[in-house]
Amino acid sequence: MRFMMLMIPNIPAERDWMPSPEAVAGMMRYNEELTKAGVLLALDGLHPPDTGARVSYGESGVTVKDGPFAEAKEVIGGYWLIDVSSREEAVEWARRVPGAPGDVVEVRRVFEMSDFPEDVQAAAGDFEAP
Amino acid sequence: MSDPARRAIEAVWRIEAPRLLAGLARHAGGIGPAEDLAQDALVAALEQWPREGIPANPGAWLAAVARRRAIDAARRRRVLERRAGELGRRLELDRPAQESAAPDGEPGEDLLALILLTCHPLLSVDARVALTLKLACGLSTEEIARALLAREPAIAQRIVRAKRTLAEAEVPFEVPPPGELGPRMASVLDVLYLLFNEGYAATAGEEWQRPELCHDALRLGRVLAELLPTDPEVHGLVALMEIQASRSSARGGPAGEPVLLLDQDRSRWDRLLIRRGLAALERARALGRGLGPYGLQAAIAACHARAATAADTDWLRIVALYDALSQIAPSPVVALNRAVAVAMAYGPAAALEIVDGLAREPALERYHLLPSVRGELLAQLGRSDAARAEFERAASLTRNERERALLLARAARAA
Repeated sequence: MRFMMLMIPNIPAERDWMPSPEAVAGMMRYNEELTKAGVLLALDGLHPPDTGARVSYGESGVTVKDGPFAEAKEVIGGYWLIDVSSREEAVEWARRVPGAPGDVVEVRRVFEMSDFPEDVQAAAGDFEAP
Repeated sequence: MSDPARRAIEAVWRIEAPRLLAGLARHAGGIGPAEDLAQDALVAALEQWPREGIPANPGAWLAAVARRRAIDAARRRRVLERRAGELGRRLELDRPAQESAAPDGEPGEDLLALILLTCHPLLSVDARVALTLKLACGLSTEEIARALLAREPAIAQRIVRAKRTLAEAEVPFEVPPPGELGPRMASVLDVLYLLFNEGYAATAGEEWQRPELCHDALRLGRVLAELLPTDPEVHGLVALMEIQASRSSARGGPAGEPVLLLDQDRSRWDRLLIRRGLAALERARALGRGLGPYGLQAAIAACHARAATAADTDWLRIVALYDALSQIAPSPVVALNRAVAVAMAYGPAAALEIVDGLAREPALERYHLLPSVRGELLAQLGRSDAARAEFERAASLTRNERERALLLARAARAA
């Protein structure tokens, strides 16, 4: 079963923050461990939100707001997509993330087509894959 | 102990057991003693971790406990041997201590040695499968029995016998020199693919697929690709398994019945696994030594994966790849698959000629796909009665219930 580990880093607010070489090396070692264990499917790191945008949907239409977002407390910094045998195993891999104090990793199971009821599967089946 | 705590420890075990065992086997004198030590460490973890929490580095913790047990055991043995020695000197039976002087191997090399051992050609294929699931995938005997639709005592006995066979033959725990590695790796890859296929198209029972077996095979394949990055066939097999696994949710209809490749809803194919499969195939090709049998099968699977619709399939290329496969790994099953591709590329008449030539192959005598393919070709040529008889014959040969139903329905449609 697939899980996404969402990294919510506790990074300082200043704009040009960069991780230390040690922190990067620790993360690379961790990624390598995931690969060697045969569980890593994909991973990505995200640019900070101040270069991003937020698109929200309201009664009167769509609003686009460019970053930075003062109100945002928990910001996703990246993710790992892993293929493991159980929820417990996913949590165990998350425990091993070399997180800094204040970092949070959220573990979420990925929906698979068979998790959906038949009518939802049928609706999804009407569209060609990208 | 609460269930969540036990499950958390089992999850750690699943991750750590193969490496732990591999590291211990080199020093403890084989996998039998290594497994005993690893079990001791697991028991200690089950006692301590629920109270104290899972340690920061559980793998190192387990290894340290196991090593301590090994030292205790060696000490006890020395005391015993000293006592026996006093007797032995009189009887001239003195033996050297049995501690191994083998140097520390790379952790990766130990793991590879473990996988090579569980797939050793000395063992029956059934024994290789069970032992690989147990030691290299870290499954419990109960999980293996469930996965292989066997009874637990039977699996336990199969594993005990396999370990005894290896111990009696004094098979060394090592990665053989490059010259001898080829045939040993071939056995490893065959065991993995057998495991994958048993999950992908269950040969017996009510379920058409058992995804957890596919998952175990694919995972071990990905591990092997990291252990042996310069072996093109490892990447070829991983590519084949990734691409086949990408179709798993499209292979079952609403009632769990099998859906054949060309009838599948391709929007349900898993694009991520296809991308991974194509990347693994590229790694195999980039090594520049040509593709082996698994690499060629992956290349064929890739032709299907790249086609947006069944009608877009490049059948000429698939026939060419089957030609290459027939050259390096000829088999009646490959010839039958080639015939299917020939039918798509050049029409049913040309294919029927090939299939008729295979009818006397002893290996295909009880193979349900031979009459199934023949039935399909006859139906396309408008020979309905002969087609129906072939589908019925195919239905009588398969041991899978779902497949039998599909073939009987096909027979009814042909009439």
